[in-house]
Parts: sequence; C-alpha cells; structure tokens
Amino acid sequence: MDVLTENFSLYGEGFLGTLELTVYASALALALGFVMAAFRVAPVGSFRVFGTVWVTVLRNTPLTLLFFAVMLGLPRFGIVLPFELFAVLALGCYTSAFICEALRSGINTVPVGQGEAARSLGMSFTQTLGAVVLPQAFRSVIPPIGSTLIALAKNSAIAGAFSVTELLGTYKTLSELGYNIIWTFVWIAVGYLIITLSISAVFNVMEKRWGVAR
Amino acid sequence: MSRAPQASALYDIPGPHARRRHLLYGVLSTVVILGIAAWILYLLLDTDQFTAVKWRPFLYEGIQELLLEGLGNTLKAFALAAVFSLALGAVLATGRLSDHRPVRWVATLLVEFFRAMPVLVMIFFIFVALKVQPLPALVAGLTLYNGSVLAEVFRTGVHAVPRGQGEAAYALGMRKTQVMTWVLVPQAVRAMLPAIISQLVVALKDTSLGYLITYEEFLHAGKLIASDLDYDLPFIPVVLVISPIYIGMCMLLSWFATWVARRERRDPRTKGVDVAPAAPVITLPGRE
Repeated sequence: MDVLTENFSLYGEGFLGTLELTVYASALALALGFVMAAFRVAPVGSFRVFGTVWVTVLRNTPLTLLFFAVMLGLPRFGIVLPFELFAVLALGCYTSAFICEALRSGINTVPVGQGEAARSLGMSFTQTLGAVVLPQAFRSVIPPIGSTLIALAKNSAIAGAFSVTELLGTYKTLSELGYNIIWTFVWIAVGYLIITLSISAVFNVMEKRWGVAR
Repeated sequence: MSRAPQASALYDIPGPHARRRHLLYGVLSTVVILGIAAWILYLLLDTDQFTAVKWRPFLYEGIQELLLEGLGNTLKAFALAAVFSLALGAVLATGRLSDHRPVRWVATLLVEFFRAMPVLVMIFFIFVALKVQPLPALVAGLTLYNGSVLAEVFRTGVHAVPRGQGEAAYALGMRKTQVMTWVLVPQAVRAMLPAIISQLVVALKDTSLGYLITYEEFLHAGKLIASDLDYDLPFIPVVLVISPIYIGMCMLLSWFATWVARRERRDPRTKGVDVAPAAPVITLPGRE
C-alpha cells in the first residue's frame, strides 16, 4: 500500500505517459485508418492495392518487431526523433490497420440500395457520403473501434520496455528502490484498468446514444 | 489490379468517362507510390545498408544456426501457448456456462480481468515478481490472455447454436454434460474455428514479447546480430531479413483462418448453425 502513497509522483508520471501515448497514438491511428479505409473502398485500383498491402502487412507484424524496427532501425537512416514520438508512430501505424478494417466493414454494412436511392434522388457524391452512408457506417463501427482503442492502450505497455516513460516502466525504478514487487504491480494493474475501463465506458455511452439497435 | 470495383453504396459502376479518369488517377498515384519506394531505396543506399560487411553475418553458419534456434524457440513458445490457451479457454468457458452461480462469477471475473490487462504486464509480473524462467513466464502470460479471449469465443459459439438444438437434446433426456459435449460444443467449435485460428495468430505475434524478458526467441537472435560491431551494426539488414519471416508466418496462419471461414460458409452442414459470420475477424488483442 505504501508503494503508491510514497511514490505517487512516479506513478502519476507513468500514468500520464501511458495516457499521453494512448491519446496521440489513437489520433494518429484514427486519421491514418480513415485514410486507408478510404483507399480500400476507392474506385481507383492502385489506391486499393496500397491500402490492402498496408493493412495486410501491419496486421501480421508483431508489435514488438515494429517497435524494434522503428526505435532501433530508423535512427540508422539518420532519422532521430524522441522515443515518445517513435512510440506514437509505431503504435499509431500498427493500430491504423485495425481501425481501417473496422471502418471498412462499417461502410460495407450499409446496403447498396441506400446509396442507389440517394443517387436517384439526385444527391451528389459528397451528399450521399455525408448524409446517407457515413452516418450509418459510423453507428455500426462504434464497438469495434472501442475495442481497437482499448487494445491500443494495452499495447502501449510495450513502449515502456523500449525506454519510453509509461506506467509499466515504473516497476523498474520501484524494484530498485526495494519496494514490494507484488504491490508495485498491483498499482500498475489498477492504473491500466482505470484507462481501459474508462475507454470502454465512453464507448458504451456512445453506443447507447448512437449505436444501431439490432 | 484493373478489376471493376464491387457494387458498393458509395459509387455507381463507373462508365467509360469515369473509367478513363480513374485510370489517370491510378497512373498518377502509382507514380507517387513508386516515388516513395525509390526514396526509401535511396535512403537504404545512401546510408550504405547494402555494403557487403552488413550482410556478411548471414553467410556464417553459426549465425544462421542462431537465427534458426531463435525461430525454433519462437515456434516452441507458440505451440505451448496455443495448446494451453485452448485448454484454459475450454475450462473458463465451461465455468462461465456453469449452472452454479459462484463458479460462473469466478470464471467471469477471471476472464474479464485477464482480458483487460495488457499481456506484457502479466508476463512481466510472472517473470519479475514470481521469478519464473523466461519461457514459462511468456507461455503463462500468453495463456492467461489468449485463454480468456478464447473462452469468450467458445461461449459466443455455444450461445450462437439455435436454442432448439439444446432444447431438443434436453427433451430426449440428455443431461447437461451430454447436451454440451454431443450437441452444442461440436457445432460451436466448427462455427468458431476461424475466430479461434485468428486468436492463435495473436498468440503467435505476441510470442515476440519474449524478446523483452530475454527469452531467446527469433527477435532476440536478430537483436544479437544487429548489435554486432564487427559487422558494422547491421540493424536494417536484420530487420529486412527477420520481418518477412515473421510477417509470412502470421500471414499464412491468417490466410488459413480466412480459408476455413470461406469453406465453412459454403458448407451446407453449417447452414443450420447461423453463427455471426467470423469474416471480419479482427486479429487483435482486443475486447469483442
């Protein structure tokens, strides 16, 4: 119990590190995932191929390998960035593949007839997309995006092992200070639970409000 | 790929004019993509990644053996984790489907907890706090996580079997164990096979976490070679050699899952079990 009260600032720092990593990487993953999903449903063949390759490769790459390649490999190209930024890049790109698939399956759940009806009413492409297709797609992708972002928050633990300040990494300092290792981990676990459960709660609210009733 | 896009809610099937325009976009974007590829190639050449000294290590037998041993260790951890996860998944699913409330509560609590925890935290806890050897620690962590995800997969599978099947079996006088083992579970496992294999892909990917607790797996072998000063720190060559093997292994398993899913969908015998399609399987350590 003392571990938490005596090292509150250390835990706080780690917690904020994880939170920051999660937020930035989520933003990157959502943006990239959106672009890739657009590529994958685009009418132009080369866009589709690019999107497919991106998703297939990243989905089948172990995240540890990706971190290894980004953190230790990129500097060999003369690209030297702060570790935090590298971590956001690796996490964001990795997760974007899953976001892309969630979005794409969301777009696919919209029946073709909806688009056809919109076009026959004389709607332009932007109108069809903005007023008919996307709102429906958005509703059906809330749960999978939620679970993807929860997975992202959990995956951010790997960044700690690559010397980024985050929650899991605090165990090293604390065990060197001679604190009870079990309690150290209990509080780390609680920290992660707070983050994952909050994301899950937010998405539950969103789903209740906007989700599709099936 | 000049395949015409499938009918989607987004576009009409393009006419000749639109097709010409799309062709133009296609050519332009291909040029851009090739440009990026050329830039990466230039970076590789510019930083001397293809000098002989950086690739020499892969010619030595000792280093090839090191890599093979690492690959073997990766596969060993995967095989153990897969078997134990399936077993734990079965046990936890049985617990969650139990008629006894306390058993159900305990199983639910375990499943929810292990799914909400990062795998790495569990692996580190077992490795650091419980002072377990790297291989058992890695396998235990992967088992706890994937086992509880698989438990949920099994459970959804059992619930997805039409209710009449279970009712009919009970009406014939079968006991719960019989209903489960003879009627519900076989159908559930068949229908959920793609999801189960996809979860195994996650386990395979996560074996690379062993690298972080000094388990001598594939990535670990790569790191050893990459940080060798004698070969001028061949980080990029190592990444270029290791990634295709890792990605290839996972892709093979993913494709197998997709193939099974497609075969299941065609199979008339599974028509009766109208299980939620396992097609958009998300191979991700996430919560469904």
